[in-house]
Amino acid sequence: MMDMPPKELHTLRVNGEALEVAFWPHRTLLEVLREDAGLTGTKHGCELGECGACAVLVDGKPVLSCLQLAVECVGGQEVTTVEGLAQDNRLHPLQEAFADLGGSQCGYCTPGFLVTAKAFLDERPRPTREELKEALSGNLCRCTGYLQIFEAVEQAAERMAEAGRAEEQGR
Amino acid sequence: MPGSGPTYPLATMPPDDPTPTPTHTVGQRLERLDARAKVLGTARYADDLTFPGLLHLKVVFSTQPHARVLAIRTDAARRAPGVRAVLTAKDCPGENLIPLVLPDLTLMAADRVRFVGDPVAAVVADTPEAAHDAARLVEVDYEPLPAVFDVLEALRPGAPVVAPPISGPAGHGGANTAPNLFNLLEVKKGDLAAGFEAADVVVEQEYRTPYQAHAYLETQGMTCVPEPDGVFAVYGCMQCPFYVHEAVARVLGVPRHRVKVIQVGTGGGFGGKEDVPSIIAGLAALGAWHTGRPVKLVLSRKEDFETMSKRHPALVRLKVGAKEDGTLTALEEQLWLDGGAYATLSPVVLYRAVTHAAGPYRWPAVHVTGHAVATNKVPCGAFRGFGTLQVIFALESILDELAERLGIDPLDLRLKNAVRVGDALGTNQALTESVGFIETLERAAEVSGYREKRERYRTWQEGPKRRGVGLGCLLYGVGLGAKGKFIDRTGAHVQLYPDGSCAVSIGNAEMGQGLRTVISQIAAEELGLEFSKVQTFDGDTSRVPDSGPTVASRATVMAGNAVRDACGQIRRELRAEAGLMLGVEPDALEVFQTWVRVKAAPERRVAMNDVIARAAHARRALTASGFRLPADTWWSDDEGQGKAYEVYTYATNVCEVEVDVETGESRVIALTAAHDIGRAINPTLAEGQIEGGALQGLGFALTEEVHIDQGVIKNPRFATYIIPTAMDSPELKAVIVEHPYSGGPYGAKGIGEPPIMGIAPAVTNAIKAATGARLFECPATPERVTEAMKAQGVAARDEVAV
Repeated sequence: MMDMPPKELHTLRVNGEALEVAFWPHRTLLEVLREDAGLTGTKHGCELGECGACAVLVDGKPVLSCLQLAVECVGGQEVTTVEGLAQDNRLHPLQEAFADLGGSQCGYCTPGFLVTAKAFLDERPRPTREELKEALSGNLCRCTGYLQIFEAVEQAAERMAEAGRAEEQGR
Repeated sequence: MPGSGPTYPLATMPPDDPTPTPTHTVGQRLERLDARAKVLGTARYADDLTFPGLLHLKVVFSTQPHARVLAIRTDAARRAPGVRAVLTAKDCPGENLIPLVLPDLTLMAADRVRFVGDPVAAVVADTPEAAHDAARLVEVDYEPLPAVFDVLEALRPGAPVVAPPISGPAGHGGANTAPNLFNLLEVKKGDLAAGFEAADVVVEQEYRTPYQAHAYLETQGMTCVPEPDGVFAVYGCMQCPFYVHEAVARVLGVPRHRVKVIQVGTGGGFGGKEDVPSIIAGLAALGAWHTGRPVKLVLSRKEDFETMSKRHPALVRLKVGAKEDGTLTALEEQLWLDGGAYATLSPVVLYRAVTHAAGPYRWPAVHVTGHAVATNKVPCGAFRGFGTLQVIFALESILDELAERLGIDPLDLRLKNAVRVGDALGTNQALTESVGFIETLERAAEVSGYREKRERYRTWQEGPKRRGVGLGCLLYGVGLGAKGKFIDRTGAHVQLYPDGSCAVSIGNAEMGQGLRTVISQIAAEELGLEFSKVQTFDGDTSRVPDSGPTVASRATVMAGNAVRDACGQIRRELRAEAGLMLGVEPDALEVFQTWVRVKAAPERRVAMNDVIARAAHARRALTASGFRLPADTWWSDDEGQGKAYEVYTYATNVCEVEVDVETGESRVIALTAAHDIGRAINPTLAEGQIEGGALQGLGFALTEEVHIDQGVIKNPRFATYIIPTAMDSPELKAVIVEHPYSGGPYGAKGIGEPPIMGIAPAVTNAIKAATGARLFECPATPERVTEAMKAQGVAARDEVAV
């Protein structure tokens, strides 16, 4: 039986900030975010990469943080968690729409859905329902039946497109 | 009145409050109170909490389905780094017992394990990793005992005894009087022999339904914190804080005022967080007791899957008769529920099963015999629907077979026999109000285009993909009913502040269904406040009255009525104050939107905010406790009859499937679900319940299956236990039908469970319509559909001579 190895001090870039965090090198990104960095918005659901509850963005791409070692993310990669979606105390359009349209029931899967949907809309701003279903099929929800989630993402896509147009006209 | 036990006063509304007309918040699509926290990631769930000095607990579970425990060797684990305690059954300072219907469930197995997953020991350590590593060093010596895994074998003379006879407290659900029989219940109505004699057609079949895992996204988790005042505070996810409260006090052997239980964000329950959280809390509390430090236990997905409760698998033998014109004449059913190793909630799950077996139909004669049976498998307990999916699958399947034999459309057969106000159920309970079944049949048929599609798909379909539509109907008794009435009460605490805002505390749990939002809507309506001025808090057992479990689709009705009771007391004060302001008698006043006005002259009014400010200044009592009992119910075990539940909801599902007859794969194209829920307090939340429940129902119907071999669950993960994904979500239409219930707040009945209940037969009836093959067991996997087609001589496309 070995004693626990020493913790290592690393810098993680999370939600636009550089965080100095001491953690054991065997810990996953999920464990480090939650246990060592105190960012508990990201959830553990299965520890096997099968449910999507732990999804975060690494350099804008969805990653299952339960399958990723945190030490793989200390090279300046930008990690975005649910806590990083709202800007200047304003909800992201996806967050607004999930709240308005019942996209969140128990809420446990919501952080994973939000970041996954954000990455998807960044790539594909006006998806069809079928494309959306496929993009979200790695995130399990046991409460909603997904319909109110689809409606929320579609409404957010519309709002983001409108905001984009308004910004262009304003220029 | 037949039945035993004390009689209870009827729940009545204050005399000035018959089902009122909502004015501004009830019936509105208001945003959930907790929506912001959930989208921001700030909502806090069991594992998000941390405390100074927190330790972590890991459980050592039995690896044997049935064995004597000869020795538990803990020395190596005790010496492992970071380990603070290693605990076994003998370390319980109080009782080694989780009290439920029958006193048979141990916190940790003492001398005998009954299933693979029985807790045997617990390791408490500084980190989750240290606890995990040390738990592997605990060695248990077992002497294997003969085990039994099948319900019929378990009831044979000489079978291994999993559960010896034991009695529960009088009146609570039942007692197992024979080995391995947790409960035996009958429903009896009319003359069965005469009923079958009068029948022109009789159909008899055997049906089976599988386990279902709750698969809530958040696994079970609890933290117990020993506080400086000697109180053990328990925080975690749960549906029933007062169950946990009693269990922890008894395990620790302390009076109940030394324990307080606080429900935190709960990531899905569906019944799976009704009884078993008491085990998790009991273990965490035991760790806290022995170490004097906060102890957290959160299960891994695998542990949760293998050891926590499931939906009961069932075997149903059903025989029904009808006259040529479709009039039903008799129903006879034998039912076996596989309860697993401990009784947990099986006795009352069986009660709900047998009282729902005859469905929302008029039967002159009924005889149902139900058995809840012990086996050496994971205990089965509460799961959304609570024993009804099993009997509904059988009944709704056999009604379609009957319709086919009679040459009547399944919809017409149901319309002909559907219950209305004035009819009696299979339990002989007379229905006196709020029976919207026929309207659900009509609305579901209309919205889904049922009749056109039946007609269209009746003709020969080209190609391997065949479509069909099917029906699945149900009724659901709201609340705990006669076998649960001994714990059926609710309380609430309402506090109005001088600034016109309001705090409401209830003893029932928010687990995603939106209860806190609904309660705020009711309180805002009752007190003439804006919705944003009411905050509803979850109960802390030290501050709110025991409100029973948050199960049985009862919380809107029960907590809603308790809140109305409290608000009514405060409203009397507000009306008195407003009477002084307007110079009229209080009785001449009513609350309308955010005003108090003169009934006879509505233009004479004062703003509620001003009334509250003055009432507070006048030192009127603006704080009140509300308390409610349900309308009385009764059940006679001897007669097999009673007023089983106070009121029922009704629903009709229409499912359209496409079956590939070459592969056996079924895809649901569209699903329409029409539910009579009395009144939707918040339609968005009600639709969320209907949609989510329907998809869980599709999982039960099509993909979800626990593979279990010699008591070992072979697929304890999401990769192999398949719940519906976004790709499996069909076009789904939720239809709300409102036949108000006079005993519910604003006419509401309940909506939590019915959405899942009638989905499976709607799917398999549609598969039958599409392929000609009848499934007698779900889920309808491609293998089962292909086998059924083969066995029943239904040709696939390529075998048909064109």
